[in-house]
Amino acid sequence: MIKARSRAQMAERLAQDIPDGSYVNLGIGLPEQVANFLPADREIVLHSENGILGMGPAPAEENVDMELINAGKKPVTLLTGGAFFNHVDSFTMMRGGHLDISVMGGMQVSAKGDLANWSLGRPGEPPAVGGAMDLAVGAHKVYILMEHNAKDGSPKILERCILPLTGVESVDRIYTDLAVIEVAPEGLKVIDMVEGLTFEELQKRTGATLIDARA
Amino acid sequence: MINKFRDSVEDAIADIRDGSTVLIGGFGGAGSPTELIHALIDQGAKELTVVNNNAGNFETGLAALIKAGRVRKIICSFPKASHSWVFNEMYKAGKIELECVPQGTIAERLRAAAAGLGGFYTPTAYGTDLAAGKETREIDGKNYVFELPLHGDFALVLAERADRWGNLVYRKSARNFGPVMAMAAKTTIVQVREFVELGELDPECIVTPGIFVQRVVRVEDPQIST
Repeated sequence: MIKARSRAQMAERLAQDIPDGSYVNLGIGLPEQVANFLPADREIVLHSENGILGMGPAPAEENVDMELINAGKKPVTLLTGGAFFNHVDSFTMMRGGHLDISVMGGMQVSAKGDLANWSLGRPGEPPAVGGAMDLAVGAHKVYILMEHNAKDGSPKILERCILPLTGVESVDRIYTDLAVIEVAPEGLKVIDMVEGLTFEELQKRTGATLIDARA
Repeated sequence: MINKFRDSVEDAIADIRDGSTVLIGGFGGAGSPTELIHALIDQGAKELTVVNNNAGNFETGLAALIKAGRVRKIICSFPKASHSWVFNEMYKAGKIELECVPQGTIAERLRAAAAGLGGFYTPTAYGTDLAAGKETREIDGKNYVFELPLHGDFALVLAERADRWGNLVYRKSARNFGPVMAMAAKTTIVQVREFVELGELDPECIVTPGIFVQRVVRVEDPQIST
């Protein structure tokens, strides 16, 4: 039986790969859960696009301050050593390569690391991008946390993205409920897989050619 | 003598004309100058172009300005939210124009305007629909999109404290777009919780120097749309 990772386990798996001392942006949605699994013995500084470094967890209800919120507009806290700054500085950090890791959700990722995660391309719907395109081009490493397949079973990792792009050749790694895949110049390298899954089965569930690079 | 303090929000926004470009601070509810916006609704200026990160939440502040039919065009990064029904309805009805700009590109276009630059090349949005039709250029092997400065006729900003010279400090993540919008507008109007004496703000900690601020009003207990 395939032991697919739960969403929390996906976040936990990714958290293990964030080194001590990293400056990290966690995107809205599933990536936010990575914060719950950061190893306690590592000092990892979380960035929020609206002008926070050293962002801490949600406050107790009586300490909610709606002038201290995250990118998803939810109340957060500031850790000792944290800082506030304005949007120009915040996006300088993001676009200018100062963040070590950006973790984002994904709709589709291509074999070359193109990312689609901002629009379903439905006509008539207002486009809304937020900071996704800045994070896609700017962070030193872009890690995508997403289910391996869409709800209808179709693959989300494809030779070419069908949905509108967020960034071109921007993804470094893909963490799914089934595997961890590195986007390398030679192709998509599978570096780990969940128990009970064969490489052939993983390939069948993927819309692009995979390379078995497990240690 | 310099005294940028004004007695009322009505007085502070009185000269905003029809067709003005108004930069409005805030990220979601945090940093939204709600009382200045409400005064602008009462004042009646229309056909406005508004720059904000979002397109209003619930039915206060920017959402109320949009609902009143005063905004011809909005330039923002993220109009969609669970509480942005006012914008959604106006957009579907074709009553408001939208220019969706990546968040960092809005910030940098404002900064370019403030700094007297004619534009800049950014890697953000290269190869995407949001760069369609824009000039691109390869610099040292990397691809960039050319973006123009974004000037404001007016900026409406929320800060925490001000002195009569217009020096400002902000509070927590309510700072967001405030400093760069204050720099990018011809006339910057600020609402603060507290007026302080000249000299009371630590010069090492002033975030927006008064040169970028024209008027300041006091709203002790601002409304936050959340």
